[in-house]
Amino acid sequence: MTTVARDPATDVDPTPPVEKPAAGPSRHRFRAAAGFALGAALLFAVAPLVLSDFRLSLLAKYLCVAMVAVGIGLAWGRGGMLALGQGVFFGLGGYAMAMHLKLADAGPGNMPDFMMLYGQLDELPLWWRPFASPWFALPATVLLPMAVAFVLGSLVFRRRVRGAYFAILSQALAAAMVILLIGQQGTTGGTNGLTDIQGFFGYDLDDPVNQRMVYFIIAGILLALLALTRHLMQSRYGELLVAVRDGEERVRFLGYDPATVKLVAYVVAAGMAGLAGALFVPAVGIISPALIGIVPSIEFVIGVAVGGRATLLGPVLGAVAVAWARTALSERFPGTWTYLQGLLFVVVVAFLPGGLASLVGLARRRTDGGRRPGPLVRLRRSRVEAG
Amino acid sequence: MTEQLYGLSIRDLRVSFDGFTAVDGVSLDVAPGDIRFLIGPNGAGKTTLVDAVTGLVKATGSVRFGDRELLGRPVHRISRLGVGRTFQTSTVFEELTVLQNLDIAAGARRSWATLLRRRHGVPDEVAEALEVIGLAGRADQLAGTLAHGQKQWLEIGMLLVQDVRLLLLDEPVAGMSHEERDATGQLLEQVSQDRTVVVIEHDMDFLRRFARTVTVLHAGRVLSEGTVAQVQADPRVQEVYLGHPVDAGSAPTATEA
Repeated sequence: MTTVARDPATDVDPTPPVEKPAAGPSRHRFRAAAGFALGAALLFAVAPLVLSDFRLSLLAKYLCVAMVAVGIGLAWGRGGMLALGQGVFFGLGGYAMAMHLKLADAGPGNMPDFMMLYGQLDELPLWWRPFASPWFALPATVLLPMAVAFVLGSLVFRRRVRGAYFAILSQALAAAMVILLIGQQGTTGGTNGLTDIQGFFGYDLDDPVNQRMVYFIIAGILLALLALTRHLMQSRYGELLVAVRDGEERVRFLGYDPATVKLVAYVVAAGMAGLAGALFVPAVGIISPALIGIVPSIEFVIGVAVGGRATLLGPVLGAVAVAWARTALSERFPGTWTYLQGLLFVVVVAFLPGGLASLVGLARRRTDGGRRPGPLVRLRRSRVEAG
Repeated sequence: MTEQLYGLSIRDLRVSFDGFTAVDGVSLDVAPGDIRFLIGPNGAGKTTLVDAVTGLVKATGSVRFGDRELLGRPVHRISRLGVGRTFQTSTVFEELTVLQNLDIAAGARRSWATLLRRRHGVPDEVAEALEVIGLAGRADQLAGTLAHGQKQWLEIGMLLVQDVRLLLLDEPVAGMSHEERDATGQLLEQVSQDRTVVVIEHDMDFLRRFARTVTVLHAGRVLSEGTVAQVQADPRVQEVYLGHPVDAGSAPTATEA
């Protein structure tokens, strides 16, 4: 083994500069840019041309689910946190948006229709009032879920709650939120949720042109979230997150607080789920407890598992595929979908833990042959050639 | 290196689990720049002692590194004071490359702004550590694909880039070939030029070649302490290892535990 003493002699030794821009990243960046261009072409050109208005609005709904999946991919795939309660954050975002839209539909000074029906309230409840302003409601769709995730994550990760305990805790939170919403029918719409949303910032949601616009917004935001997540995964933070996933104690001994590292990924994932919930409302016209409880929370995770949780695109494709299969199959065989979904989950977890994305990796390894030398090997080669 | 060498000073350290006392009033001093070997039969409390120093288990008494008290601080804070350790089983991040492992180890003091950006090239201290531990040619290999000995070196390399001043190594040469042991011993000697090293080891041949001082633990207490020769000549040590006292002449081979 070669050794270089750390004495002053080597410290002043004029060694070649080590910080050398490597050729690798630029190629990666090109491939990523090409991938995003392809994704944008599919979402913005092909899909609107090929799909009917009805199918396009279904796709908009699936893409909202895909946004949640991107966040779960980060928190679970890279961070090891099995977030089985993302419905909570999806719901917080969805309700924040729906409350604003309901108030906007009702017009200034008026109360949403359902409140007069069940609530017998004389005036708007205090906690509804700020949502009348879009300047409060829109940021709240993202910041509210992030704040809740921050508080929950701070409590949970510092106490080293992880694995199945963390998953069960997130499930319990989703259950609690649903119970809370149903119990407060007068101010939340109860089991029905907030329904019959007509307008979206002055645009009539019944108009197919406006529905199409909502689809474009959703597609654009999904691409932006993918770009953000790709950056996070490739940053030093992304490497650290994987290290925390695989060896939390070891990371602690390196001088990091793993709780903080996990918290960041969890809060980001919650923000994405919140945004997804907010965009789901204009796309579908409703938010209700049935859309955010335990079952939908598990369905978010199934899509991610099927697609490949540790990859960037796996969760998106998996989420869309599972949501599409659900619609297609429950149209034809109502009642069997639940069993099929469960079976799918079991098969993937048991036989393909890396999801469908790992098949791509296997195929590539088989065709690629030898490994491409990384930056440091190239650096050493250049040193050898120079010396 | 301009950084100062510090010594480790342990006073009356006690660790109990549910009534069982694993470390029972240990006091010992490791001089700055020393290579101290901790030996003792199974259950002597060697690893528990290291666990207590690094904050993994609760302990009473006092552990000072330089002029800082370590007891009572959380693990990651103790680590930031320059105390690093390895474990009996290798704990490198197998899904990350050698380079990524070292880069993470080097980064505990990085700001969030740095963390959220991509790594470009190879940081100086990481390149240096790659040379020192002899893995420069394997920088882009996944750590999980390394041989056992290489993983242990990577662990030591991670401590180097972390810039720890005190290395606590738990059986670093277990399962290594003779050549790998020699290389590891030379690495320790080199590392101790500006650091203090504590090694838990069962390998007596390795100990004789590379230990500067030795502490023998038995049943949670310090049984004997001194140079290799002094400790080997100590009749109490022979008794613990063999169950009965032997004359000093046969000790060197007899202690081949």
